[in-house]
Amino acid sequence: MFELDNVFKAVYFWLEGLFTRWGIPQFWLDLLSMLLIFAVIIAFISVSALFLVWWERKVSAHMQVRFGPMRTGWHGWRQTIIDAIKLIMKEDIVPAKVDKVVFVIAPIVVFVSALMVYVCIPFGRGLIVKDLNIGILYILAITTFTVVGLLMAGWGSNNKWSLLGGLRSAAQIVSYEVPLTLSVLGVVLLTQSLSMVEIVKSQVHFWDWYIIRQPIGFLVYITAAIAEVNRTPFDIPEAEQELVAGYSTEYSGMKFAMFFFAEFTNLFTISAVSTTLFLGGWHGPWLPSWMWFFIKTFSVILVIMWFRWTYPRIRVDQLMGFAWKFLLPLAFLNLILTGLFA
Amino acid sequence: MSDYPKNNFSYGPGGQVPLLTAEKVGTEEFIVNMGPQHPSTHGVCRLLLKMDGEVIPYTDRIDYVSAMFCNHGFCMAVEKLAEIEVPERAEYIRVIMDELNRIASHLIWLGTFALDLGAITPFLYCFREREMILDLFEMTCGQRMTFNYMRAGGVSRDLPEGFISKAKEFVKYFKPRVDEYEAILTENPIFLGRTKGVGILDKKTAIDYSVTGPNLRATGLKWDLRKEEPYSVYDRFEFDIPTGTKSDTWDRYIVRVQEMRQANRIVEQALESIPEGEIKTKTKPVFKPPQGEAYVRIESTRGEMGFYIVSEGEKTMPYRAKLRTASFSNLAALPEMTRGWKIADLVVIFASLDVIMPDVDR
Repeated sequence: MFELDNVFKAVYFWLEGLFTRWGIPQFWLDLLSMLLIFAVIIAFISVSALFLVWWERKVSAHMQVRFGPMRTGWHGWRQTIIDAIKLIMKEDIVPAKVDKVVFVIAPIVVFVSALMVYVCIPFGRGLIVKDLNIGILYILAITTFTVVGLLMAGWGSNNKWSLLGGLRSAAQIVSYEVPLTLSVLGVVLLTQSLSMVEIVKSQVHFWDWYIIRQPIGFLVYITAAIAEVNRTPFDIPEAEQELVAGYSTEYSGMKFAMFFFAEFTNLFTISAVSTTLFLGGWHGPWLPSWMWFFIKTFSVILVIMWFRWTYPRIRVDQLMGFAWKFLLPLAFLNLILTGLFA
Repeated sequence: MSDYPKNNFSYGPGGQVPLLTAEKVGTEEFIVNMGPQHPSTHGVCRLLLKMDGEVIPYTDRIDYVSAMFCNHGFCMAVEKLAEIEVPERAEYIRVIMDELNRIASHLIWLGTFALDLGAITPFLYCFREREMILDLFEMTCGQRMTFNYMRAGGVSRDLPEGFISKAKEFVKYFKPRVDEYEAILTENPIFLGRTKGVGILDKKTAIDYSVTGPNLRATGLKWDLRKEEPYSVYDRFEFDIPTGTKSDTWDRYIVRVQEMRQANRIVEQALESIPEGEIKTKTKPVFKPPQGEAYVRIESTRGEMGFYIVSEGEKTMPYRAKLRTASFSNLAALPEMTRGWKIADLVVIFASLDVIMPDVDR
């Protein structure tokens, strides 16, 4: 079986050999390998975000009896690449009355917080940047940073629509953070570890998957996670019928692209985390482990896209009511049941 | 009209942001929604004031989404005034056109209503079917929206070859499609949460504001001119009048969906039983209706549409023509329904009224 981690290992050992032959200290080897890994992750995120944008357009089109992009390449596969190049080449507009520092930093904060999660996502057997022993806690903590960025964008834009959108995002993400964390706790209780690798290792067989042992937890997680990334039916911060474009109204060019990238990166993140926590991660027969991971992750993404193109949007107060009056008690119940029977 | 600023395009996204008082928000959202349609309102004003020298005034743009009804109503008023008999075949054609137009209009409504709720997919489903109806219209009169098809005394031309079979095909095709729309919306919990109990317009208020059409029927009052005072050949067909019970937004939705089914039923029956014969009673090329006045009302997509014409008997144009359109009265009831609801609800309630701007301000 072709395992991707062998490639990385081979590269690392080759570099190590070179470095020892030339007598360069270990420190530089570590630094170089870190940079390489970072480059790989950035490349991976860019490609997957571009692919997801294209895929979303195709999925939505086929659900809506359309074709979507068809003109650029086979089924329009080059479309998002061209769009991205266009966004990069655009003039970088900073409106006159914005708070410049906050306005410029906001997309970076959002993008970096989306990026940092990838440090401890196990893409396959042995294919993880750093298996932190507090992995899932780290992921939950880092994703919350997005709120800061969105609030900065809303505030810095000096535009009422943006501010409203930013505030809505903040309220939504903070509210849904609670049931999200509680739903994850059930899995942690059963695994007795916070490490992502340990969590995957505890679900070798299909009947071990936490979607079987923690069905309520899975449902709460996926619902709260969709709300976390502001997608339909919880896309209230971007409700164009009510709020124009929310926090990103004043952004254009590369800064807008960063928000857009972060959005799709987060979509991949929540799907990857739910695969790891509930769907057995890289486990699966015949195929290499990383391939299983991607199959599962993209299936989750497909389901989330499916929601988006089927459901109407719920109202702000209904959104809050749903989080506090329904999801939170359900997550607590799940936790108590897990504690009793585990 | 005078309330609008001179430059109508200054509104809309990124434009003027009004203070967040209840009334101001209402006005603002209203324009955001209706912005694209606004320029056409002006066109209608001009066109209607210009009614000079033509026997057939251009009534299509009063309600451009269901223009057949405007045609039909005006022709009926002229026929009543001049006591013209309409051939049976023409009446059947009119009914078929009216009901197809009702379906097309309700489809637009359903699509945009779902869009205002944030659901994008039903919109494209609806437009897929509407396209087929528009194709049928194009076959018949060469136009897709502003038909100008009906004449005093009949219709301008006969149904083209192949129309009946194609229309029958559509009727058969359309039935399961309505189930498809219902499957995606009717029982959806989010949809229910957004529409059930939202924007209640009770029966008394509705009558006080002279709300008509599906909006009135959603309050539970069975009032449909096609049944109450049957015009044309509506008394020959079997159909039900769907009514609501809670008079909320969801009821207005379900009444319209049921109406599409009923309209489809009428078209089906009319296609089966359409007689052969003349399509137009001969009238003089320059046609002067006798002195007098006539008022007719028909059940258009949006409600009661009334045409009042006074003729002096000497000129080809009427001395006075007054229209009663449904959207105007329906829109007037909006403040009663929206009081105390959120901005997001306002968009939905407003959409549920199915108001067309040129129909409000002729």
